[in-house]
Formats: sequence, structure tokens, C-alpha cells
Amino acid sequence: MRLAHLALGLILLAGTLSAQPAIEDRHVYEGSSPTVLRILSTADLSVFDPYLAAFHRANPAIGIDYSVVSSADLARMIRKGAAYDLALSSAMDLQFKLANDGHARRYRSEATQALPGWAGWRDLIFAFTAEPAVIVIAQDALAGLEIPATRRDLITLLREHPGRFRGRIGTYDVRKSGLGYLFATQDARATDAYWRLSEVMGRLDPELYCCSAQMIDALVEGELVLAYNVLGSYARDRLAASASDALAVVEMEDFANVMLRTAIIPRQADAPELAGAFIDHLIGIGLRSAAGSWPLPALSGIDAAQAAGFGPIRLGPGLMVNLDRLNRRNFLRAWENAVRQGADAPAGAAPAARENSAPPRK
Amino acid sequence: MRYLLVEDNAELAAAILKRLMLDGHAVDHAGSVAEAQDWLETASYDLILLDVMLPDGDGRELLRRSRADGGTPVIMLTARSQICDRVSMLDQGADDYITKPFDFSELEARCRAVLRRRGGSPRNEIAIGTAFFDPSSGRLRKGNETTELRNRETRLLEALARHAGQVMSKERLLDSLFSFDADVTENAIEVYVGRLRKRLEGTDARIETVRGLGYRLDLPR
Amino acid sequence: MRPLASIRQRLTFLLAGVAAVLSILSWLTVSEFARRAVGRAQDNVLAASVTSIVETLRAEEGEVQLELPYSAFSMLGAISEDRVFYRAVAGGLLLTGYGDLPEPRPEPPEPGGVVFATADYVGETIRMASATRIVAVAGNRVPVSVTVAQTTTGITQVARDLSRMAALLSVAFFCIAVTLSAIAARASLKPLSEIAGAVARRGPSDMRPLRRRAPAELSPLIEALDRLMLRLAGSLRRSEDFIAEAAHRIRTPLASVRMQSELALGEARTSSDRARLRLIIRAVDESSRSAGQLLDHATVAFRAEDLARDPVDLSKLALRTADAIRPTATMRDIEISLRADPALVSGDAVLLDTALRNVLDNAVKYSPVATDIHIAVGVEGGEAFVRVCDQGPGLGGGPLDALTERFRRGETAAGHVGSGLGLTITRDVLRAHGGRLILSNRDPKEGGGACVSLILPSA
Repeated sequence: MRLAHLALGLILLAGTLSAQPAIEDRHVYEGSSPTVLRILSTADLSVFDPYLAAFHRANPAIGIDYSVVSSADLARMIRKGAAYDLALSSAMDLQFKLANDGHARRYRSEATQALPGWAGWRDLIFAFTAEPAVIVIAQDALAGLEIPATRRDLITLLREHPGRFRGRIGTYDVRKSGLGYLFATQDARATDAYWRLSEVMGRLDPELYCCSAQMIDALVEGELVLAYNVLGSYARDRLAASASDALAVVEMEDFANVMLRTAIIPRQADAPELAGAFIDHLIGIGLRSAAGSWPLPALSGIDAAQAAGFGPIRLGPGLMVNLDRLNRRNFLRAWENAVRQGADAPAGAAPAARENSAPPRK
Repeated sequence: MRYLLVEDNAELAAAILKRLMLDGHAVDHAGSVAEAQDWLETASYDLILLDVMLPDGDGRELLRRSRADGGTPVIMLTARSQICDRVSMLDQGADDYITKPFDFSELEARCRAVLRRRGGSPRNEIAIGTAFFDPSSGRLRKGNETTELRNRETRLLEALARHAGQVMSKERLLDSLFSFDADVTENAIEVYVGRLRKRLEGTDARIETVRGLGYRLDLPR
Repeated sequence: MRPLASIRQRLTFLLAGVAAVLSILSWLTVSEFARRAVGRAQDNVLAASVTSIVETLRAEEGEVQLELPYSAFSMLGAISEDRVFYRAVAGGLLLTGYGDLPEPRPEPPEPGGVVFATADYVGETIRMASATRIVAVAGNRVPVSVTVAQTTTGITQVARDLSRMAALLSVAFFCIAVTLSAIAARASLKPLSEIAGAVARRGPSDMRPLRRRAPAELSPLIEALDRLMLRLAGSLRRSEDFIAEAAHRIRTPLASVRMQSELALGEARTSSDRARLRLIIRAVDESSRSAGQLLDHATVAFRAEDLARDPVDLSKLALRTADAIRPTATMRDIEISLRADPALVSGDAVLLDTALRNVLDNAVKYSPVATDIHIAVGVEGGEAFVRVCDQGPGLGGGPLDALTERFRRGETAAGHVGSGLGLTITRDVLRAHGGRLILSNRDPKEGGGACVSLILPSA
């Protein structure tokens, strides 16, 4: 389970501690030939099956071995040379660092050439979705209240109605979730409202999660009334599935982080051409002009103006800053101070995860 | 007629002078350009016979000058037969030219032609009894009637008229008529004499045949 | 003799060569500048990056604290898509970053300054910037050295792109330079070709000096040409003069002899004397006529080689030639009649005059006394013609073409003075003008006689 593998980012950065990576889910699409494309991914099979199935239909000879892991595990496994042909991750910073540190293979095709400049880096990383972070709110809990449009509104709402939200707010545990950490650091860089929001949420005793899916589960089940920084794609998917209008997906108007789901071909890939073909397949879907019924949003949803401003998170060396050991330690310390205030976080001590695992120290 | 002959070859000049004087012309002779200029300053001429190559210059130089004075017709005598020379002499204003060596009768013919063309030929008629004969134009005037003789008739009549009363042998007459073509015989003279007798009908002049000797033009006293 | 390569080509090649050298030099220079500029840009960004990191160094809770500013790396991403590495070392211990990054040289950098180094790392060339700062930690002065490195692949690519652009520009520059060189070479050689043209356009006997304004470099050539022309004209004149003098020297005494003979003929008593004198006169005539035709023939051959092409109206030419010959004809009571329509041809008037004169000479010579010669001039079927018809004995029964052979005389020519060159001269002149000579006998029923037609291409 993902919860059993905490602070993998920290482990990664230090590069010392080893923990058994856990394959959370795995599915093999049998091909008519012995050729197999092995994919390591952070996307749930339920979300990603249509992509795999489409490729499999087009290339029935090729078998696909699809494994799902956490983003931190993915980065660690690729770094250690695990035998996969393709790594698909939502954690842009980890993907970028893999590429920067020479763990990715160069790939160039007509499809990758067609990508806009912000959707790739050095023919090493290729984005194929653009997924905004949103807040999801239970309509009931907000009865009679205005739906917040900005973080400032949200802060006001939480301050004025602590009773409704105490213990019923969910957000990423940035110590465990690579994507959560990415969203949080980008938030912090983009707006000083983030820290105030964190403090306000911290006073309301928030629940912390590893993944968007679980946050949405909790919302659906009524455990939560508000989830902050949830992947909009997952949320809409689930909402559409449950056919209920109890939950509202709200995109912040002041700014919204847009995560790019990216692919790299690991250096150790045995079948890089297959991986390339699959990347072309993904980019083809990512750049689709018609809406289609794909679960994940298209790259083409990002227009040029958005790309220039607060659009998708930029694929560049800036991403590495937050992965730095010292920066991460400082950020997590500040986050814990804000979010875990008045909770069980021992002052001045290393941040402790709820279950286990101390952060690595050199 | 007054001629100026400009010719440096003394023998040739002498021969031409003699022939021209025999025909009753007044001729001055110049052996060089300078001499010719002296003559031209002191006298006026009806015709200049001008050699091209002279010891003290080119005859064409003199030609240009005489052209500038305007007037006197010029016939060039040339030993150069080159075609460009022929053209250039005419271009420079010579009235005609004749290439040495030449038939004297041809020279005479050309002189007559030039004088006629230039209208400078005065009437120089010879009385033949009651008729008048102009050897330069070949006209024979009988009272009010004028007939034009052909060239050979003219030349024959001229030869007889100039020696009227004298017997002219067929050979001498022949020489005055023909330019030494081989195809002419003394019999031809008889033909021409016959024609001339017809021409002179109605006048009191008569061409007598002197058997064995030739012909004689008899005029009434 | 094969000509040397043309000056224009040589000049063009030379200028193009210079342009090529300059193009290559400029390309190399621009490439080098681009490489340096790009390198310097990278150095500046690396320095800014490392400085911004060093700025964040502080001591906190007995530890060296450091914060990587987002901009420190994002600015590196701004100049190229190159890989970025970094390291911070405090007192010899790795604080953060890539521990295996090569050590900067010289080591350690002086506090406050930034030193640069190039090294190999993870299989790529990297450019490193290092800065050191002393941090006081619990009373100890700890030197902290921060290094930021970036691969040079993208930078090199940028430099290469610039270099390629410079190469394209150089090629374009070179092409333009070659075109301009060709134009310049042509322009500077124009006076030369003008002089050549002026000389080539001259007629065969045009020996005037060039009298042409020319650039200083060419005036020696012009002067030399003029001197040559003068000498040539002199020698030509001398040989012409020689021929003229020779003719004069021969003909004047001949004229004298003839004249004296004529006089003697007038005074001769016996017919044998007369016959003898006539023989002398005929011999003189024959030799002078032969000499004249030989000279004419030589002149025709000479002038036909470099034929003048002036517009000539055959009708005017015929009129003049007929006038010139008429006194001679009149002596034999031969009438020359002329019916002339304008007929323009292009050629040498002197030669055409000679051709026609020879034909007329013959006609006058072979016609019986007191007959007519008829000349017709006109244009017929795109060709100009001059037709001379006489009432003579005709050209005989032999092959007519043979009559134009040199020194051949027709079978009816017996008893006439002539060298047999007349028709040859005429034929040569016509051939040189692209024309032809047609000889025919007229129908004896219409009075007989010969017709000679000079046919020339109409202008």
C-alpha cells in the first residue's frame, strides 16, 4: 500500500535508505508475439486502461505489462535500473531530475516534434496530459454559503465557519506524496496566500492523504466536505461515474497549478522503439483536437496565453530546487509548523509521518 | 580651243601637243605642278589634260585646287589603273579620266564628250560648201535642216573636210576612224563614204573617188 | 594558337577568390564570436546562479543552512535546455547536491569571487561556476563552497546554429560578391572590348589612328595600336605607291611609244610601215590592258577577303559606269541604253563597279560597229540584277561556265585585245558578295548576241 511507503522522496534524495518498492497494481495485456512493452506508471489502471487498450488494439502483436507504483517509488526504481521500457509519472520534478541526471533516453519523432515547447525537455521528457489542481467541495456542507473562487475567499470561508470544516478538510500529505509536494511547493512559490491557507487549514485539524483518489473517496463517503489540491481529472471522472451533484469541482481563479503527466524512456529500456511508439500514441491523444472520451485532459486544453503565464508547471531545472535535501527539509519543516500546529508534531523535531519512517539524514 | 597639257614625260607631251595642234587647238604645256599653276594664273583654258604623277606633286592636288577655282573641266591622264584610283579621281571632281597608254581618238572623243557635257563647247563650224559642219557635235546644217551624224561619219567627214581638195588615202581615213581593231577593213571605208555622200545630198559639196589613191572632198570655188 | 584564359574570367575568379577567402574568414570570425558570446552568456548565468545560492548561506542551529532559490536554476533553464548539476560543500563535507561533481580548479575559489572551469561529467562536457563564502558556525569559520554546473550541449547547439546561420550568410555574401565581381570585371574591361570592337569594325583599308579616349592603363595600348596602324598605313601606302609608280614608269613610256606610233602612222608612206606600226600599237594596247586587269584581279582578291558592306544602289552604279564607258562605245558607233530601277544591295561599291566595267568593256569590245548594248537593272524574286545584252556574235557554242576561268578567252574573241581575265574578275566579285554570274546567248532569231547577268542578293 502506498501509505506503507512514506517519504520516498526523502529516501530518493539521500539515496541511501532502501525500502521494498511495492507494485500496487499490475495488469498484463497479452500480445500475440513474445514482444512485451513494460510500463511503470503512477496512473491508476482504472484511469489508464483506455490508453493501454487502444494501443493494444492497434498493435495486437505487442504485449503490455503495466505496473502502478507511487511517484517516489517510480523514480527510485528507474534510478536503480529496474527493467522497464517506459516511465509515466505525475511527479514532474522527479521525472525531470531523472532526465537531468542522465536516466532518460533521447527520443525524437514526428509526434514529439509536434509538441509545444513547454511540453517537453531536450527530447528526454514528453508531456501528454495537462491536469489542473482543483478543490472539491461537498455542496451540502456549504449550504447557504458562496462557493469560494480564490484562495483568499477560501481562507475567509474557513475562518468564518470553523465549525463546519473542523476535521473535515482533506489535502495531500506532502511528506508522502510526490505530487502533493509538487503542488505545495508551486503554490508556495506562486502566492503567499498558501502559507496563510495552510495555517488556517492546520487549525482546523485537516486529514492528510497520499492520493487524489482516496481524497475523493472520502468526499464521496461524506468524511470530508472540502479537499484542497485534488487532481481535477480524477475528480471529474469520479463525479461523472457517481452521477451525483453532491460534490462541486472548483478551479481557483487566482491561479491553478497545472500538472503535466510526463513520460520518459529509461536508459535501461530494452525496447526503446516500442516505448517511443507508445509515447507517440500518448502524444497523439494528448494533442487531440476532438474531445473524445479519454479520462485524462488533453494538452491542447492549454492555450498559448495560459502557457505563458501561470499555465502548466514549467519543465525545467527550477523543478530541481525543491528536490534539494536542504530545501525539502526546510519546506517540510515550515509545512509541518503550519499544518500540524497544535497537533502531534513535536516542535523542533524531525517531521514524523503518521505511520512510520523517519526522514533520512545524512 | 585652248588646252593646258600637264604632263612631265617630254616625248609623250610632245606627241600629244603635236596631235592637238594638228587638230587646230592652242595648247600650253606644263611639266610640273608649279609650272601648271603659273600657266593657270596667267591664262584661262577650255580644258585641262592633267597627268596624275608629276615630279613635284600629285596631279590630284592641282585638281582639287582647280575645282576650288571652279570652272575649267579636267581630264586626268593616268598610268595608274587601280580601281580605287579611278573612283577617287571622279570623286575628287575630275570630269573624266583616261588610262595610259591611250588611243588618241579616244582622248579626242572624251574631250568632246566633256566639253559637250559642260556646255563649254563653242560652235566651231566648218563650212562645207553651202552646208555647215560642227565636228565636235557631229551636226551637219543644211539651210534650215540639221542632221546628226554618227561618230564614224563625223570623224570621216572631219578628216575629209580638214583636207578639202586633197586626196586622202583609204588607209589614212581608216586610221582616223578606227581604234586599230583588227576587224575593220578598208572596204568599211567605202560603206561610210557611201553614207556620207547621202548625207551631203542637197549641198554643193562632193566626195570624189580617186581611183587607186583614195577620196577627196571637192568644194565649189 | 589557343588564347590564354580571358582577363574577364581571370579577374572574376580573382575577385571571387578574394570574396571566398573573406567569406570564410568572416564565417570563422562570426562562429568564434558566437561561440564565445554564448559561452560568456552561460558563464554569466552560472555566475548569477551560484552567487544567488551563496547569498542564502547562513548558520542556523549550529548548522550551515542553505536555500536554493527557484530562480537559481530556472535562469539556467532560460538560456538552453541543458542539464544542471550543483553541489555545496561546507568545510570539506558535502552539504547537498551531487557529490561526484569534479572539483573546481583552482581550488578552493577565493571568497567573494566566482571561478569557472570546464570538465567532463556523466559523459558530457560541463561548465562549472564556483563561489566560496565563509560562514561562522558556533564560533568556527567554515568555508562553504558552492558549485553550479551545466552541460554545454545546448549552448554548443546554439553556437552551432549561429555558426550555420553565419555560414549561410557567408555563402549568400559570396554569391553576391561573385555576381558583383563578374559585373565589375565586365565594367572594367568595357573600354578594352570597345577598342577591340572599334578595330574589328574597321574597313580593310581604314588606317586612321583610333583617336579614342581610354583609361590611363590602356593609353599605351592605344598609342601602340595607333603607331602600328601608322606604320601599316605607311607600308601599305608605300607598296601601293610602288605599284602605282611601277605602272606609271611602264605605261608612260608605252603611252609615248603609242602616241609616236600613231603620229608615225599618219606620216608613213608605205603600207608595210603602216602595218608594222599598227602591230606596235596593238601590242602596246594588249600589254597595258593585261597589266590593268592583273592589277584589278589582285585588288579584287585583296578586297574580297574583308568585304565592305555598304549599301549600294546598282542602278546608280550602272548609270555612272555606263557614262564612263560611253565615249569609248561612241567611237565604234555603239549606243548604250539603260533601263534602271532602284536595286539596293550591300557590298563594296568599288568592286561592283569593277565587275560591271569588265562586263561592259567586253560588250563594247565584242559588239560589231553601230550596234546597241542594253543594260537593265532591277530586282527580281528577291535578287538584284544587272543584265548587259549586246548584239554581238554571242559567246559561242562551248561551255559557258568555262569562260570565267582565268585566262580563258571565248572562241569568238579572236582578233580582240584582251587578257581573258575580265569575266573571272566579275565572277570573283559576285561570289564574294554571295551572288552569281549568268552567261547566256540570245536567240539568233531575235538578233543574237550575248547576255551577261550579274545577280546579287537584294539588301
